[in-house]
Amino acid sequence: MHTFEFSRPKDPAAAIALASQAKTAQQGADVRFIAGGTTLIDLMKLSVETPAYVLDVNRLPLDKIEATADGGLKIGATVRNSDLAHHPVVQRDYAVLSQAILSGASAQLRNMATTAGNLLQRTRCMYFRDTAMPCNKREPGTGCPAITGSNRTLAILGTSEHCIATNPSDMCVAMAALEATIHVQGQKGSRAIPIGDFHLLPGSTPNRETVLEPGDLITHVTLPRPIAGSKQVYLKLRDRASYEFALASAAIVITITGGKVELARIAMGGVGTKPWRSSEAEAALVGKPADAVNFRKVAEAALREAKPQSENKFKIELAKRCLTHALKMASIS
Amino acid sequence: MSDDDPKSRPPSPTRRKFLLTSGSGVAASLVVGYVPALAKDVAAETDSTPTTAAPNVEGLVPITLSINGKNHQLRIDPRTTLLDCIRETVALTGTKKGCDHGQCGACTVHVNGRRVLSCLNLALMHDGEEITTIEGLGTPEALHPMQAAFVAHDGYQCGYCTSGQIMSAVALLKEPCGPDDESVKELMSGNICRCGAYPNIVAAIQQVRKNA
Repeated sequence: MHTFEFSRPKDPAAAIALASQAKTAQQGADVRFIAGGTTLIDLMKLSVETPAYVLDVNRLPLDKIEATADGGLKIGATVRNSDLAHHPVVQRDYAVLSQAILSGASAQLRNMATTAGNLLQRTRCMYFRDTAMPCNKREPGTGCPAITGSNRTLAILGTSEHCIATNPSDMCVAMAALEATIHVQGQKGSRAIPIGDFHLLPGSTPNRETVLEPGDLITHVTLPRPIAGSKQVYLKLRDRASYEFALASAAIVITITGGKVELARIAMGGVGTKPWRSSEAEAALVGKPADAVNFRKVAEAALREAKPQSENKFKIELAKRCLTHALKMASIS
Repeated sequence: MSDDDPKSRPPSPTRRKFLLTSGSGVAASLVVGYVPALAKDVAAETDSTPTTAAPNVEGLVPITLSINGKNHQLRIDPRTTLLDCIRETVALTGTKKGCDHGQCGACTVHVNGRRVLSCLNLALMHDGEEITTIEGLGTPEALHPMQAAFVAHDGYQCGYCTSGQIMSAVALLKEPCGPDDESVKELMSGNICRCGAYPNIVAAIQQVRKNA
């Protein structure tokens, strides 16, 4: 691990002031906030992350879960994933979020990981994690060895010729389906970023993963007021029964009236370079009868643009079946 | 990472001034607890008498860790993980290093009563917090009920994952968990056992839960 200076900013303003001097908030950042450390310490040990300054934000007052004025939920940036998943309001009104978080990582990791940290979770691509390998995300311009190499777990949606790395988060997929908003304070004040706009496609700049700028501190996430009568499911398919990233996952939030789908929010994990909200799937589902035939059609629509890699063509059918089955589970829940 | 690696040297002097850009100790007013060793005005909470003999190495920072109810005043490299601090600095070697990357659970300890992976924590993050290791759970003369159950149910073979398993299991007792074996397996999935003692581990945990 490279040496660094560690400090603990006394309040959010101090954290922003210190981090504002960073060259970038993206890959290669010289200043990093640390909360749970489950991504950062892991990558620092691999020398993939080499911040010169590490700022501990754990003791900032960002650890509450509270109702918002419009009946939604405000989730502090440093709320632990386990606390979020077990919160009674989350389990009652945003069940897909609780299911998604509990399907991820292990109990120990969920006790350490935070809301903001999970939003910023990095890819598990083996080339990104190995500084002996070229990697456009880690070192722009060096190439993507995954495209012609080992890519079984990598993405089939949102890829480019520069990068095919999957976003590994479960929480983000559920938050995409719930239309979460990410609240950031920075050098120029506060702003609210819809989660769909927060993560970037790799394009030709896979080193840029989010819209964050130097000094930006995520303070909280808000969820809109719960959708009355919604049925919510998170289905995660993977090689092991637990403690494993998704090969394909689906977050479903739907309402069904008179046998027809009235409202649909659908997002997928394990297949996209960012948490994959599928407007194609939603458009194919709204107004249709909630039956197996239509669910399969929705899955076909969702994966129509999928581009398989050399080792993961199976993901296309797997993701379709995952989505179809998740919709079935939601409709009978 | 070898000592010869140029990247392992501290950042250059001009970058060190980064936190002191205004020159008036602004950085010192922005941080609490302790100030990076490089800042000239050090906060009041410096150690007086370290309990370990620390070499006079540049860049060490002072910290007080409470482990198993005992305070340890230390001076450590900021990069020291909680795991390495527990094992190497404080010499409590019951906690094991399996993968050092948060993937095996052998390093599980409790921080403020919650199970966490000590290999993915910096020791510096935990001053003022209560840390419990396997040594703090029970003694050979007075085993914790979970330790006794692991013995009774033969819940280990080589023993390397065992302290992590036990720390994890004890914390599980205070977490929401369904009554069945499958729920226990799911909540213990972060602790890997190469010897395959899983059925006995689950039996030990279920016995303690039943008797609780």
